[in-house]
Amino acid sequence: MTDQAYNFAYLDEATKRMIRRALLKGLAIPGYQVPFASREMPMPYGWGTGGVQVTAACLTPDDTLKVIDQGADDTTNAVSIRKFFERTAQVQTSETTAKATVIQTRHRIPEVALTEGQILVYQVPIPEPLRFLEPRESETRRMHALEEYGLMHVKLYEDIARHGAIATSYAYPVKVEGRYVMDPSPIPKFDNPKLGSNAAIQLFGAGREQRIYALPPYTDVVSLDFEDHPFDPSKADHACDLCGSEVSYLDELITDDKGSRMFVCSDTSYCTARQDEGHTGRLSPEGVAA
Amino acid sequence: MFEAEVLSGGFSNPAQDSARAFRACLEAMARPGRIQQIVGAVPPAPLSPAAGAILLTLADATTPIFIAKSHDTEAVRKWIAFHCSAPVVVAGEADFAIGTWDALQPVSQFAIGTAEYPDRSATLIVECEDISAPMATLSGPGIETTQTAYLPTIDAFVANGVKFPLGYDCYFTAGSQLSALPRSTKVESL
Repeated sequence: MTDQAYNFAYLDEATKRMIRRALLKGLAIPGYQVPFASREMPMPYGWGTGGVQVTAACLTPDDTLKVIDQGADDTTNAVSIRKFFERTAQVQTSETTAKATVIQTRHRIPEVALTEGQILVYQVPIPEPLRFLEPRESETRRMHALEEYGLMHVKLYEDIARHGAIATSYAYPVKVEGRYVMDPSPIPKFDNPKLGSNAAIQLFGAGREQRIYALPPYTDVVSLDFEDHPFDPSKADHACDLCGSEVSYLDELITDDKGSRMFVCSDTSYCTARQDEGHTGRLSPEGVAA
Repeated sequence: MFEAEVLSGGFSNPAQDSARAFRACLEAMARPGRIQQIVGAVPPAPLSPAAGAILLTLADATTPIFIAKSHDTEAVRKWIAFHCSAPVVVAGEADFAIGTWDALQPVSQFAIGTAEYPDRSATLIVECEDISAPMATLSGPGIETTQTAYLPTIDAFVANGVKFPLGYDCYFTAGSQLSALPRSTKVESL
């Protein structure tokens, strides 16, 4: 087996030590982006190289790994990353949220509440929440140092002036412990309330941008808003067409060229578990439910 | 004379052992005041197994170490040199510092980071006799309500917390037990 030519969990030990030191400083300063020497991984930037490096630095042989891509366990990227760690770290994998000890995610937080002992690893494309407002790293770093976040509020205000409401629907900026404004990665704002007071450790890795940041459990995380325009974690106003859930985040699928559409849970593990329990939705095959 | 002691005592299975030791450090730093078990290292006295495991997991040639008087023995220096390859430096330049709380004084000598890079700060590995007897109440990130914990003192950590986001972070070690206190934690006496 050629896999033995690689170190446990692919990365060399010096690299893992460097990532581990960055993760620990990230936990000590919640929401602050720690620079790290991101490595090239056997996958292109944009496919989760940051998340994969954080996962590799965290995994032990006793872990059970779950990987989701926008909530789904069965997409190409999620399957590939799971296989990668099955081969290089010999870990167990699972699609069930509750069975996993390490969950790598792209753009979703699982519907099922996470518990102590679980680690959620986010893949982050652009870790700097101020980047599209101020392109210079030298300036955004100073803005974080001075806690100068007026620009972000101006942006949200301009949303209101133009659209009548805050139009930002994903990667919605949050303030951590009253100090650092943080990009929660492109999760839908529906997931923002799950960032704070979460029992699990949340780690964020941005490979191309070479940044790591973290949220310890039960950290105070507030989505930015205004008194007269409070934060609204909205979702599609439907129930899941397969499992009938009215509380989960939904994907809208176009099913033909005549405008037919369906709404299904973005969290496939959650949806499957509900269907197995006998829950049905509008488009469930007849005779499935009891 | 020291050879056997110096060359032995590292992780027997470096990749897996350091991964488990790191998870103990990660849990400790994420849940301040909670005691974790960290095993795998057998360093020469007075270095505790927990402190040895932290060094094996996190220290290397890129992380200068300060060794306080309480731990500055030839065996400890050689063990760290052989297993971690970490340069030994004066307190102000250190990424990691190892010693008893008294020996690490004054703690003002350690790096606390800069406003733009608060992560460029020291991590203190504070060797203790026993970390199981609580004497402080902790709150803040990583703690749901409050957490009681052993600390060698109160005032210094209150002062360190006031500087947030600057400050140093601490591990407390005794035998194979480990707990941590990041700068973000609020500290009160019990």
